[in-house]
Amino acid sequence: MAAPLTLVLILSVTIRAVLFRSSLAELISERVEVVSPLNAWKRVVEGLALLDLGVSPYSGDVFHETPLVIYLFHFVVDYAEIVFMVSTFEFSGKYNLFIKQKYALEADRYPHDCLELMRSPKEMHYIPLKVAMFYLLNPFTILSCVAKSTCGLNNAVMALFILSTLKGSALLSAIFLALATYQSIYPLTLFAPGLLFLLQRLYIPVNPCRSRFWFFTVQYSVMFIGSLLVIVCLSFFLLGSWDFIPSVYGFILSVPDLTPNIGLFWYFFAEMFEHFRFFFICVFQINVFFYTIPLSVKLKEHPVFLIFMQIAIISIFKSYPTVGDIALYMAFLPVWSHLYRFLRNIFLVSCVLLACTALFPVLWHLWIYAGSANSNFYYAITLLFNVGQILLVSDYFYAYLRREHHLSQGLYLRRKDGSEATLVLK
Amino acid sequence: MGLLSDPNRRKAITSLLTRLNTPICVVCYLAGIAWFMGLAFEPFTLRTYMSENAMGSTMVEERFPSGERALATAREFAAHKKKVGGMPVDWLVKTMRAQGLEVFTQSFSRNLPFPDESKERFVVRGTNVYGILRAPRAPRTEALVLSAPCSPGNSNNQAVGLLLGLAQYFRSQIYWAKDIIFLVNEHDLIGVQAWLEGYHHTNITENCRITSSLGRAGSIQAALSLELNSDVVTSLDLVLEGLNGQLPNLDLANLFHAFCQKLGILCTIQGKLQRSDWDTVEGYTHSAQTMLLMVLKQASGRPWGEHGLFLRYHIEAASIRGVNSFRQYKTDATSIGRLFEGMVRKLNNLLERLHQSYFFYLMPSLTRFVSIGYYMPAFGLLTTILLLRALDLWVHLGTPTPVTEDGVGEGESPSSPGLLSVLTPVVISHLTGVALYTLPVLSQEMAVEHFPVSETEAVVLTAIAIYTAGLALPHNTHRLISGEGTEQGWRVLKLVALLYLAVLLGCTALINFSLGFILAVTLVPAAACVTPHVPKALSAVAMVLLSPGCTILYCVFLFQELQEVPVSLAEGWMLFLSVISQGILDHALYGSLVYPLLALLVYPCWLLFWNILFWK
Repeated sequence: MAAPLTLVLILSVTIRAVLFRSSLAELISERVEVVSPLNAWKRVVEGLALLDLGVSPYSGDVFHETPLVIYLFHFVVDYAEIVFMVSTFEFSGKYNLFIKQKYALEADRYPHDCLELMRSPKEMHYIPLKVAMFYLLNPFTILSCVAKSTCGLNNAVMALFILSTLKGSALLSAIFLALATYQSIYPLTLFAPGLLFLLQRLYIPVNPCRSRFWFFTVQYSVMFIGSLLVIVCLSFFLLGSWDFIPSVYGFILSVPDLTPNIGLFWYFFAEMFEHFRFFFICVFQINVFFYTIPLSVKLKEHPVFLIFMQIAIISIFKSYPTVGDIALYMAFLPVWSHLYRFLRNIFLVSCVLLACTALFPVLWHLWIYAGSANSNFYYAITLLFNVGQILLVSDYFYAYLRREHHLSQGLYLRRKDGSEATLVLK
Repeated sequence: MGLLSDPNRRKAITSLLTRLNTPICVVCYLAGIAWFMGLAFEPFTLRTYMSENAMGSTMVEERFPSGERALATAREFAAHKKKVGGMPVDWLVKTMRAQGLEVFTQSFSRNLPFPDESKERFVVRGTNVYGILRAPRAPRTEALVLSAPCSPGNSNNQAVGLLLGLAQYFRSQIYWAKDIIFLVNEHDLIGVQAWLEGYHHTNITENCRITSSLGRAGSIQAALSLELNSDVVTSLDLVLEGLNGQLPNLDLANLFHAFCQKLGILCTIQGKLQRSDWDTVEGYTHSAQTMLLMVLKQASGRPWGEHGLFLRYHIEAASIRGVNSFRQYKTDATSIGRLFEGMVRKLNNLLERLHQSYFFYLMPSLTRFVSIGYYMPAFGLLTTILLLRALDLWVHLGTPTPVTEDGVGEGESPSSPGLLSVLTPVVISHLTGVALYTLPVLSQEMAVEHFPVSETEAVVLTAIAIYTAGLALPHNTHRLISGEGTEQGWRVLKLVALLYLAVLLGCTALINFSLGFILAVTLVPAAACVTPHVPKALSAVAMVLLSPGCTILYCVFLFQELQEVPVSLAEGWMLFLSVISQGILDHALYGSLVYPLLALLVYPCWLLFWNILFWK
């Protein structure tokens, strides 16, 4: 286990180091797919320069990262490359007891013929390695790391949140969730799965009539809100002003920067009449948060899968998505390798995602450099890319539900007359 | 979504697609070719029309009077050129200054990676001379370019003469709203490249040293390049194909055509006059030839005229070439001057860059065009084959694994035998590609030392040698590394290769449709049919015949055939060699992408299929 992991680590460090030194690094860090106005390294450097001059980094309209990040880089700016690498590798530290616990929880509960649906311990043994490999060797992660996008830091914080939740440490989990929320608001939706998981771990049933349920919920919320307050106040004291609130969160929520990216916002709001803007911004932003409710209801027994779903939804619908966000949820895919047999459109979806990834730079070239295409071409691919991602996520969701169904009903369904039945989703 | 979620319908569709896979693929291929050939049939094409309002409704009057004087200037220029033995820089500066232009010179030097035998140059030193006519009526933020090359020998003198004549006439007019730059460049495209880089302060290509006192006009909106070899011409030929198959806005072609009609000048495209009898076989063949010539020229990715490099800077540009043949009907220099005057005046009226009309088109004649919406289906049908084959393989990979196995193991099984046996050929063929890309230029000195060849021959022959050696390499090494290949192994490899090829061709076709289509025509059948179980010798020959290298060879012969200068086999081979060396030079000099695309991506992809054929 350790040896292959080391190998993967060495390989990924080498790839990144080579790319950092090559002329490609500059090219990559300019790509709109890889960096967004929120996390571009160029902007962080600008913010640092302003900070050094004693000006508030938020005084211009360039810097939109949170104060903690800029103070972090204030101290380690010379080692920026190393920081980005470390933050990437923290993620791989996520390999853990992840599924083992789940397995322990699930065993013995299901009909006998479902054994083949369960994971063998041997498979489970390799899952952490696969997760690390999927994340570290994913071209998306590599690009994002080479571009020195601060997205890597956000991913690391999210990974730490997941890790501490799975370890069952409520305090750490709340702190890291607060950090992630502080970084980019959207991880707020992970509150529900985090809470559900911890409840499950403590064998507290999700039952509004029970006082223990309410006691723990309040306890977790207080820890979360408390640490969020502490972090925000810390930023205030570091910076001496509340400038960062509109500049970071206002920027995320009201989407003033319509630079093309792989998300759905830019084209829509560039085309829109100004007086509809507020309404549609509300619609688009609520869209990100809204899915938490139905998903939490449906998946309340399966908080880990819920975390995956939430991260995927955030990275699809957030206002400034980059490929680094996609890499985060893609790293989870090997965890669900047991769902593979129930996936229906994986071929179609992977073809679409592959083709779109190749077409992004091509259409960008045609639009910006050759001048022969226009923004519609690029947006068409963005749209297709996101449809592909949504199909992927919903496919996994369906497969998960179907597996659950089979676990309780038996794998081979029979009609009453004895013929083989098929499950139809209507 | 019923299609995607209803298992019964899904099953029905997949079984239909797998059962009828081969017939559907054959039909798609034939339909794709037929669709493409049908594009030249006149009822299927659209008539060209002027989209840009600023150029359409505004009438201009052409009054250029001094054709004879321009020809006299041309003779003077020729005399001075002969005396200096190159570009008469001082004379040009003096003449332009006398006409009241702001004159600047720019000297440049450039080392070619290896000697260019067709143009006999290796170390290039030259000077561009250009004069700027400042716009009297506007804030000088925009500019137009008129350029004429100063070619060696006795050619193109009339073009420079006409350019100077136009400059003198334009100087006395008051209606200019854009600066007009009159550029006389040396060493054809190298000079243009140096000038554009100097003007825009960019440095795209290395090894180019530019020294200049650069005077600047506004941002360049459009450029026209003029090539004229005789005092009178029978027709004017419009050249559109630029670097990497980029085309100028169709309105520029419309503008040219409109003025030729107005002034009664014969105009051609690809050197072919338009015929009116589209419903006869000859008429159709004629337009098919014209379109195919355009496709071949575009696919080559070379700039076919001086204008070709302007396009990269987002400047709409075209070359206009005078042709003097044995026809009775002649056009004199005054008319040509009026044509240019009219075109420049209409361009001068532009309020924004040309953008209304099409950028992606093919022209079967000057009045007809095929837009992207009409020609893409032809390519789409060919790519569908790849996707259908991939789907077929995917279904095959999914079904035979027994259901009784462990649920997880089943999911992994398609990729687990594959990973190493797929990765190795992919890496090896790409390394071969990298060798093909880098070695020819790097190893020329060594080759010249050891073999009795010139540098150019050395480069081309090394390229061919590596290309051929690549055929032997991969299927030998992968057996050593990953042992026996399995039945599933080649299927996974083929699946990967099919998707790779589909994405690659798709991206190529978006940037340069012609190149993508030509590659698809030859590569798709090879990719679709190849398995390890077909007769080895026969299919190996077929594969080689359908390889990218041979595609270039066919294109050379086809091009000569269409231009009505058929060549013998030996001549064709020599042409093929020079095409390769030109391709490498174009990449090094102007940044043409065809050579790296073929060497680094298409050739390795084809090697993967070659590898499947010899899968053991």
